[in-house]
Amino acid sequence: MSQKMTRRRLLLGGAATAAVAMVKSSFGKMVQTGIPEAAMDPTRQVGPLPGVLGTRSPFEHPQRKASLTSSQTPLQDLYGIITPSDLHFERHHAGVPAIDPNTYELTIHGMVDRPTVFSLADLKRFPAVSRICFIECSGNFRKPDKETITPQDICGLTSQSEWTGVMLSTIFREVGVDPKATWFLAEGSDAAVMTRSIPVSKGWDDAMIVYAQNGEAIRPQQGYPARLLLPGWEGNTSIKWLRRIELSDGPFMTREETSKYTEPIKDGKIRQFSFTMDARSIITYPAYPVQLQKGWVEIRGIAWSGRGKITGVEISTNAGKSWQAARLQEPVMDKAHTCFRYLWQWDGDTTEIMSRAIDETGYIQPSLKELITARGIGTGYHLNPVTAWLIKRGGEVVYRPEKWK
Amino acid sequence: MPYWACVAGIAMISCERRVNTAPTHFGYGRPATKQEIAAKAIAIRPDGKGLPAGSGTVQHGAVIYAGKCASCHGVTGTEGPFNVLVAPDTADAVPFDRAPQRIKAIGNYWPYATTVFDYVRRAMPFNAPGSLSDNEVYSLTAYLLYANKLIDSSTVMNAKTLPGVIMPARKYYVTDNRNGGDGPYE
Ligand code: HEC
Repeated sequence: MSQKMTRRRLLLGGAATAAVAMVKSSFGKMVQTGIPEAAMDPTRQVGPLPGVLGTRSPFEHPQRKASLTSSQTPLQDLYGIITPSDLHFERHHAGVPAIDPNTYELTIHGMVDRPTVFSLADLKRFPAVSRICFIECSGNFRKPDKETITPQDICGLTSQSEWTGVMLSTIFREVGVDPKATWFLAEGSDAAVMTRSIPVSKGWDDAMIVYAQNGEAIRPQQGYPARLLLPGWEGNTSIKWLRRIELSDGPFMTREETSKYTEPIKDGKIRQFSFTMDARSIITYPAYPVQLQKGWVEIRGIAWSGRGKITGVEISTNAGKSWQAARLQEPVMDKAHTCFRYLWQWDGDTTEIMSRAIDETGYIQPSLKELITARGIGTGYHLNPVTAWLIKRGGEVVYRPEKWK
Repeated sequence: MPYWACVAGIAMISCERRVNTAPTHFGYGRPATKQEIAAKAIAIRPDGKGLPAGSGTVQHGAVIYAGKCASCHGVTGTEGPFNVLVAPDTADAVPFDRAPQRIKAIGNYWPYATTVFDYVRRAMPFNAPGSLSDNEVYSLTAYLLYANKLIDSSTVMNAKTLPGVIMPARKYYVTDNRNGGDGPYE
């Protein structure tokens, strides 16, 4: 309860007036005006009647953290595996375009038998498919430079939705993709006219063109009215506001697959087309800024891999000296955030807790040191290190800063 | 039709009808005309495919740059406030994996010259994307390649010359070949 409320409670001896009133509308219906500031005795007053749109409880304020180029999902405030659509992370290069669904068109051409223009209604007529998967930005990493950062700050550029649309393979068959086509260009209709080259094999495998997210039309920030969805691949490749697909026999070498979204690795090399998101996990509770109490603690978090299912998550409560298996919450899905939990008794001593994800290829989430050793200190993108939370004697939980070397 | 007949592949056509197999072609959408494809297909390939007619010079590019780009990228392309466009060193300086502070720009990091044309035409200037003519984009491309010491001041940029510009960073590019498994975590 806020300080203000406490004072009001004192002043009014508990019979606080809530800032809610039921008034009769011109149609004689009771409608709610204002929202309750704090619960009075809810059994002594009729609450608001059904409305046309639901709302969050006025006591809940999950928020993304926005910068000029992105906004991060508050992972520490979420339960389960679905990111509420208004909390899905955002990353775009020139703002969110306003697109009229009635004039929207997707053109597919290049190495195809039948170059075709599809309206949104056309796309919706095709056999529909729904799937749950994460989308993660390959820049989803923050250098471990200070203690006071949250899971949202560290890796809030990953979110998960149920996406509905048409398989790209269905569209490929519809237009008759030339068997000699090896790449396709996907282009968005934002002011960056975002483009990426994608191997055609991904299009035949599990790529989709989606128009719905969590049961409703996709949000503008996520690509309304239709976007590409490449499960498990770096978010930038799932082109939003999709307007054009061009089949080709080679990559186009766009700016976002050369100047950006490439990473220096050992021996001066520059790695390109690193599409797949490596397995990762994060403990979302307890994490900064939680104040922990001695006794039983359920350690909670999410794990995911762009290469398939999560097969295990291991927890260390002694700074990485030993590891125990966490429980995975069903459903455990391909290329999807998976919840894990681990019951632990904190004895009040200073310690570090951490999690590491294992996926079905046998890949084990590495430490930052292992990543830097393998790639060099000048690397960037696709950094997925184990994250440690330092629990101090008084129960203060902070991020454990790490040297970038 | 009994199940075994489907399995044995006998009378496949009636089997398919029975399981209501999706057609390969639904007939949705409308044919895209040659003209509308030509108007929409703006992507340039590294071999130059897609480059339009026209040309541009370093000198003309310098003038446009000063008027339309310098406010965000700096008078010489190094001052910001936004992306540095002119590399402070060559592609063969200290390897990037050992130099976290090293600035990546066209001259030391970009593997293909065609990308400059493609990107500037589609996305720049940031406050008026899509506003440049093809000749202006050729000139800006010439100026940026010249400022990065990749061409000399008299080289004209057009659909023939641009794909031939040698980009020294290209030799460092490798395609990701990791497949998960038990590391190493390169
Ligand atoms: C209003 C500010 C602004 C103006 C004016 C502007 N740019 Fe940019 N430019 C940007 C921003 C911001 C980015 C980065 C965009 C991104 O990352 O998606 C950028 C990126 C670029 C890049 C890619 C840099 C890299 O390292 O990947 C090039 C090339 C470029 N601009 C060229 C130009 C040219 C040529 C002009 C003039 C015609 C111009 N810009 C005008 C703001 C501007």
